Amino acid sequence: MGCWDTEHTLRTGRDLREKGTRDKDGAMKLNERSLVFYATCDSPADNAGFLYKRGERHTAYHRRWFVLKGNMLFYFEERESREPVGVIVLEGCTVELCDSAEEFAFAIRFSGTKSRTYVLAADSQAAMEAWVKALSRASFDYMRLVVRELEKQLEEMRWGCRHAPACCKARPLGMEHSLPALPAVLPKENGCAVWNNAPGVDRLHDDGDGEANPRPPPLPPRRRASSGDTGTAEISAFCRLHERYGREVAQLRQDWQHRQCQHRP
Amino acid sequence: MRYNERELLSLSRQPAEKAAEILMRVPKKGSVLKKRLVKLVVNFLFYFRTDEAEPIGALLLEHCRITKEEENVFSISFIEEPERKYCFECDSEEQCQEWIEALKRASYEFMRRSLIFYRNEIQKMTGKDPLEQFGISEEARFQLASHKQ
Repeated sequence: MGCWDTEHTLRTGRDLREKGTRDKDGAMKLNERSLVFYATCDSPADNAGFLYKRGERHTAYHRRWFVLKGNMLFYFEERESREPVGVIVLEGCTVELCDSAEEFAFAIRFSGTKSRTYVLAADSQAAMEAWVKALSRASFDYMRLVVRELEKQLEEMRWGCRHAPACCKARPLGMEHSLPALPAVLPKENGCAVWNNAPGVDRLHDDGDGEANPRPPPLPPRRRASSGDTGTAEISAFCRLHERYGREVAQLRQDWQHRQCQHRP
Repeated sequence: MRYNERELLSLSRQPAEKAAEILMRVPKKGSVLKKRLVKLVVNFLFYFRTDEAEPIGALLLEHCRITKEEENVFSISFIEEPERKYCFECDSEEQCQEWIEALKRASYEFMRRSLIFYRNEIQKMTGKDPLEQFGISEEARFQLASHKQ
């Protein structure tokens, strides 16, 4: 298995700082310039506004301009600042209301010992609620869950459409393991995805950053990543999930086909 | 820029979407290809020395460009500095293609576009908003037409 599982036998950052094989802080390098770009470019933020942030060592609150993009919560000294002072990566956190002397306070809490809790306070009840909602749904994991759910629904619907109404008999259970791939959505020549031009839909706001990833979202790979990478525990969990969803899909398909039969003139 | 390093380190220890030992070169003068453990977790690409528990670094994969270079080689660069390339040399062309595909799909922004696309498709087919059942129809991040702040 990969060496990242056997932490106790490996040199830690602290050892390396002492040995001088890292920078003086021993800190992990981040592509900071890209983070600054992400924070300040004109891609739409998921929420933005002033919040009071409680200091780490001292309990004084400092007013900062916060910008939430994806799973990254950036904070600036001023609204016009060109660079954020800091960023909070929002994976694996919980967001809760806070018992605090400060009004409209809430906390971003991470699990694990010695993990920091960020206490923030809004200016109003409405702002606090909006932030708590936005932040609690900000993780990549949450987004991925919702995307997979919609993918599942869409596949199940398209599968039903293609084979209705002629075959109303239930498919054998084995079929859910080989769902047909959705037809690939072809990108346009200028790199704009087809769905930008769907009738009745506003054009998706183009980031204007000339991204080289213009293709519309393809289906997730049928296979997981190369086999050596994930532990057996993950594979068995995946199999269980796969089986469970497979049964659900088979049932949904049956219901769909049944309804199609009923609606036939 | 300050960041919550402890949580990021914890993230680097999570099960990866994809991980492998790959030769990597950072865009620094005089830099050479070095064997690294490269690990994709959510929208971060962590890279470790192969015998270390903590990553040397992490790349946030937003607004990035994944490019096929020569055989077995791909690069990651960022929109604001397209000449600065992180290069990766794989063991095979197949591995190279797999990483390119995985990295192109790895950003939060890509997932958001996917979600909006699927939501729109389902709405067209059924006349119903599939996000209603989750109670998140009004969330800014899921809107069809993005608004500038």
